[in-house]
Amino acid sequence: MTDISRRRLLQTAAVTAATLPFLRVLPVSAQSSDVLVAINGQTINSLDLHRTGTNRPSYQVAINCYDRLVSFGTKPSMGGGLEFDYSKVEPELAENWSVSDDGLVLTFNLRDATFQDGSPVTADDVKWSFDRAVSLGGFPAVQMKAGGFTRPDQFAAIDEKTFQITLDSPSKLAIPDLAVPIPFVINSTVAKANATEDDPWATEYLHTHTIGSGAFKVARWTPGEQLIYERNDDWASGPKPAYQRVVIREVPSAATRRAVIERGDAQVSFNIPSKDALELAELMEVNSTPIANCINCVGLNTNFEPFQDADVRKAVAYAIPYEAIFETAAYGRGAPLWGEETERSDIAWPRRTGYMEDLDKAAEHLAKSGFADGFEVPFSISLNQLDWMEPTALLIQENLAKIGITVTIDKIPGADWRTASLVEKRLAFHLEGFGGWLDTPDYYFFWAYKDGHLFNSSNYRNDEVEALVDVTLPMEVDHPDYEPNVKRMLEIALEDLPRIPLWQPALNVALNGATDYEFWFHRQLDVRPIKPS
Amino acid sequence: MTPRAKIISARILQAIPVVIGVVVITFLLTRSLPGDPAVYFAGDAADAESIQEVRQALGLDKPLPQQFFIYVADLVKGDWGNSLSTGQPVLSDLARRLPASLELTLLALFLSCLIAIPLGVLAAVKPGSWRDHLCRVVVTAGVSLPTFFTGILLIYIFYYVLDIAPSPLGRLGFLYIEPDPVTGFYLIDTALTQDWETFMGAAKQLILPACTMAIFTLAPIARMTRAAMLQALSSDFIRTARAAGLSQRKVLIGYALRNALLPVVTTLGMVFSFALGANVLVEKVFAWPGIGSYAVDALVASDYAAVQGFVLAMALLFVALNLIIDLLYAVIDPRIGFEAS
Repeated sequence: MTDISRRRLLQTAAVTAATLPFLRVLPVSAQSSDVLVAINGQTINSLDLHRTGTNRPSYQVAINCYDRLVSFGTKPSMGGGLEFDYSKVEPELAENWSVSDDGLVLTFNLRDATFQDGSPVTADDVKWSFDRAVSLGGFPAVQMKAGGFTRPDQFAAIDEKTFQITLDSPSKLAIPDLAVPIPFVINSTVAKANATEDDPWATEYLHTHTIGSGAFKVARWTPGEQLIYERNDDWASGPKPAYQRVVIREVPSAATRRAVIERGDAQVSFNIPSKDALELAELMEVNSTPIANCINCVGLNTNFEPFQDADVRKAVAYAIPYEAIFETAAYGRGAPLWGEETERSDIAWPRRTGYMEDLDKAAEHLAKSGFADGFEVPFSISLNQLDWMEPTALLIQENLAKIGITVTIDKIPGADWRTASLVEKRLAFHLEGFGGWLDTPDYYFFWAYKDGHLFNSSNYRNDEVEALVDVTLPMEVDHPDYEPNVKRMLEIALEDLPRIPLWQPALNVALNGATDYEFWFHRQLDVRPIKPS
Repeated sequence: MTPRAKIISARILQAIPVVIGVVVITFLLTRSLPGDPAVYFAGDAADAESIQEVRQALGLDKPLPQQFFIYVADLVKGDWGNSLSTGQPVLSDLARRLPASLELTLLALFLSCLIAIPLGVLAAVKPGSWRDHLCRVVVTAGVSLPTFFTGILLIYIFYYVLDIAPSPLGRLGFLYIEPDPVTGFYLIDTALTQDWETFMGAAKQLILPACTMAIFTLAPIARMTRAAMLQALSSDFIRTARAAGLSQRKVLIGYALRNALLPVVTTLGMVFSFALGANVLVEKVFAWPGIGSYAVDALVASDYAAVQGFVLAMALLFVALNLIIDLLYAVIDPRIGFEAS
């Protein structure tokens, strides 16, 4: 290139542009409604949900690029838009299914679907994928266990299009647990071709490739910056998505995210702070969906002596300024859980507790207790969740001081928080915000009220609850004992108060130029239903 | 071997104990961080059993000395480990993010010098004049505005209100594809392939964050230029030069500034190192995929390999930086020979 003439430069530019498909395609299509830009503050660290160390934001890849056997229907949400409907299980990759009379054998007939390389989806692929989900350990194995799936020998490919699961005992959670992001179906032929002796489940390959039959595939992934989905036009398991390409951009600063969505350079801003949700709601569509089966609550650890006294626990429950907390920490987004108790005849969940701010009652209970002169207690919050934990802690501190309980606030580094609160369960007085994927109260109780279980950060143990949860968890919801059992659990939990519910938090999503967002229990962005507005 | 090459290789040899020290200390420091990466990465609903599985998979169940030897053995092989929070090899993360930070920091320093050095010279020529006060005001304002604030303010004005800046979403807008990495500096890589459209795209994305950083780094450079110039201007050789009737321009630029540059370059080295660290907030605000935000995220998640890799890369970078600055001294002031050092 010795002669640099204008013509030469133009030629080079033209050639360069021709070899860069994105450069040529995007400027054109970005104007049209073919590209969706969604921003969020978190990093996607893997394309493979089953891999060790895959973080929560990465689950959206499994949702958008792979199919599961079944999915849930949708219903209008009180937070705006639609949300999943746990009571309606709908077909996804399975066209239909049957359950044997004893409830042990589930048989699925697969629809005619193809993977993105054109090969048909067979029952062998489903079997391999399910084997993988229970074999790699970690969280996927735990979640599979919730549905009763623990060993590869429970799964069988009967013929090319028939897949069968045999349960050890019948459970109402089995089929819903197939709709969670974990049991997604992988192209086993491609995966096996890329497996090695050390890595029989091809985790290295799937970490960077999506080989599913889902609505999208990952066209480009730059960790820490962006992920680009491209539509699979042959998707068989649902209606064709409206967007040809979806760009997920990572923007750590909430202020920048807000500027970008307000200016309309992005169409979706996912998981925005409650304050922004409140203010943006006047300018654009903002969905603030209360998260199903999720409760922000105060944990009273039974290892801490004063909290072993039932009157102390009630004193605390009456001293909490619920309304102020909801307005300050959540900007009124979500659903209140204090105040007049939800009718006990109803087993709606989460529900109002019957406790409210009443300092006289609080003082009365404390006087009756063995700690009438008050006591000192550290209140632990996580540095990673200061946005809601700090205002909550300060308001509780202020009110408890009025009845003689001295609270010191103890901020715990984010990396240490889970170890301290959930694994070692050593925090006397703390905040907790567990939410269960499977939306039944007994499932919540299983994780949060059973002795030794992860989210029981209060070290609570009640023999009746232990027995009730064990019996109720697999029981069908229309079983005659189901409702009385759940009612009894709620009754005990509200009397014993190891956790004091504050409010049901919301997931806030702002849409500017797009619509038809759906809230899902996994709290990740499902881009499939979103359309240009 | 020329004397210069000999000196350079001696300097590199001297850096080896420093690097070994850094390796040992970062290993110990990351291990003493609060938090348990196994718990963190086992996921939200992991039970004790799956946490243990993760711990084994990460090799964290082994005794510390053994973990250290595994780490060093991998390091020697050129394997810096895998970052858990990004899921990528640390080396490839750094290879992508370090140029992003360097490009931003170097451009910011360049802009900063462009303003700060003339400002310092002007202030020194007439101390106490309005120019001197201007210099003081600009410098104080620059250093007292925190970078995230300046960043958000610039975004608000130039992107949100005036709409002349592109959306502050990292190194390139949606419309461009990143250039094939040669140096990792987008401006250089796109210039190499003569892809001017992407070059302009990258340059536009750079302007606001670079200005933010530049405003922050003005102060030390301007102040140091002013002080060094004041000293140089009051020295005997300047008086002699003036007495000899040399032009003001020749005296200022040719003699005074040349002599004042030495402390300025030293300051520049220091400013560069703290700017690379102070980048974190700018990177967060502009979604810049740089090394600062990488390190902070890794620290929060107790991501050992990433933290170790970051510190090691920084140590190597500063060894190189110090060498470059020493070489620059010799260029600026011929009296500083390598023999003397």
